[in-house]
Amino acid sequence: MGPDGRQAILRPVRLSTIAVSFAIALLLNFLPWANLAFVPDFVALTLAFWCVRQPRIVGLGAGWMLGLLIDVGNGVLLGQHALAYSLLAFCAVTLSRRILWFPLWGQALHIAALLLLAQGVGALVRLAAGAEFPGWALAIGPLAGAALWPLVSVVLLAPQRRPNEVDDTRPI
Amino acid sequence: MEHTPPPFFKRGPAPVLRLTFFALLSLALIVLDARFRYADGLRNALALVTQPLQMVALAPAAAAGRIATFFTSQSQLADENAALRAKLLDATLSAQRLEADAAEGARLKRLMGAAERVKGVSAAPAEIVYNARDPFARRVFVDKGTREGVVAGSPVMDERGVVGQVTRVHTLLSEVTLLTDKNQAIPVQVARNGLRAVAFGGGASGQLELRYLAANAEIVNGDRLVTSGIDGIYPQGLAVGTVSRVERDATNTFARVFCEPAAGIERGRTVLLLTPSTSVAAAPIPDEWSAEKPREKASGKGKRPRAKEARGP
Repeated sequence: MGPDGRQAILRPVRLSTIAVSFAIALLLNFLPWANLAFVPDFVALTLAFWCVRQPRIVGLGAGWMLGLLIDVGNGVLLGQHALAYSLLAFCAVTLSRRILWFPLWGQALHIAALLLLAQGVGALVRLAAGAEFPGWALAIGPLAGAALWPLVSVVLLAPQRRPNEVDDTRPI
Repeated sequence: MEHTPPPFFKRGPAPVLRLTFFALLSLALIVLDARFRYADGLRNALALVTQPLQMVALAPAAAAGRIATFFTSQSQLADENAALRAKLLDATLSAQRLEADAAEGARLKRLMGAAERVKGVSAAPAEIVYNARDPFARRVFVDKGTREGVVAGSPVMDERGVVGQVTRVHTLLSEVTLLTDKNQAIPVQVARNGLRAVAFGGGASGQLELRYLAANAEIVNGDRLVTSGIDGIYPQGLAVGTVSRVERDATNTFARVFCEPAAGIERGRTVLLLTPSTSVAAAPIPDEWSAEKPREKASGKGKRPRAKEARGP
């Protein structure tokens, strides 16, 4: 039994799974969305997921690097997302043991707080650099991201689940 | 014999230490990028990683566009053709009239002994690919880059007026800052009486604001604004907007003047990239302008003394 109730033991994660998930998240972020206000930050969400699930593999370094890529891809102030993502990764790694004890919706609430924090830090940086405040619609993206958390958990854990035909002669 | 913990307990530096390290690194980058623009080398290097991803991300939308074009009905095309032909006739007429007027203007100018301005403006059409994913600024990306010879600082316009300016050029894409961006400024002139001013972006309101105009300046609602061309970047006489509101307050030295942009700034898809009309003499630029984004003049040279021209005649 895992911390979150009825979860089965998972196979160890492969690095390629993590890399591919980040590539797909970057791709989703770079899609030409019509209305950005409602689109969650997929990279932040994926980063939070792996920081919670695999804090020893994915952490601040990965977050910082991904943040730089997002900064360059979006053409924004270099370091804005890097700072926000390192903070997000730090909080997610620190809280990872706590978060996994909650059911999925409880986890999503934690993630909502983390994503809002990251967005807030990014906003503070831009406001300090002289940008105008675009309104409270900024908070919609992180909340939408948190709402996607259960889905993301199921999808990203799928490669680690054991096959259905369990060998009964083995203890696990 | 040493008593060290087995390697699987080694977790590197403490998380707080790591956070401090990365946060300081990010802050240093932010300051370098915002104040001094020293981070462009790093930006270009990282763009090698992000650009293929961006190209892949744009592919589905482009394919959808092509499929939609394929299924456009013939009647729709015929209608559009007829409308375009009518527009072309109209445009030819005004072009001829403009030519005659320009010739006459040149004659008059020669008579007055005024220096004739060189007008070799070349234009290249480009298509807006997507809005920048940045709620703090008004920017779009267009599908022409260094490969097509786009240079940073080029004015961008559509069929109705000035849209903005190229602020950063990548290999296949360029980033255009729209006139409505809070940090974008454009030197303008009232078409009626030649009063010079500087129009700043109004941000989310979608308007422009003329700053530093004296409270008794001669400007009224409905005045058309065109580029004055004294910055050497925007060619003279492009439509910028129409004055929509003038607030004169006895307590303020300056009038508050708002105007609606002439171009369909947040609407159109096709734009024209112009080459900057003349090379700009380098001039020192006051400190308060270099915060965040005097990026419109990207390459670092060619700052124009905006504060000076703002005072106008």
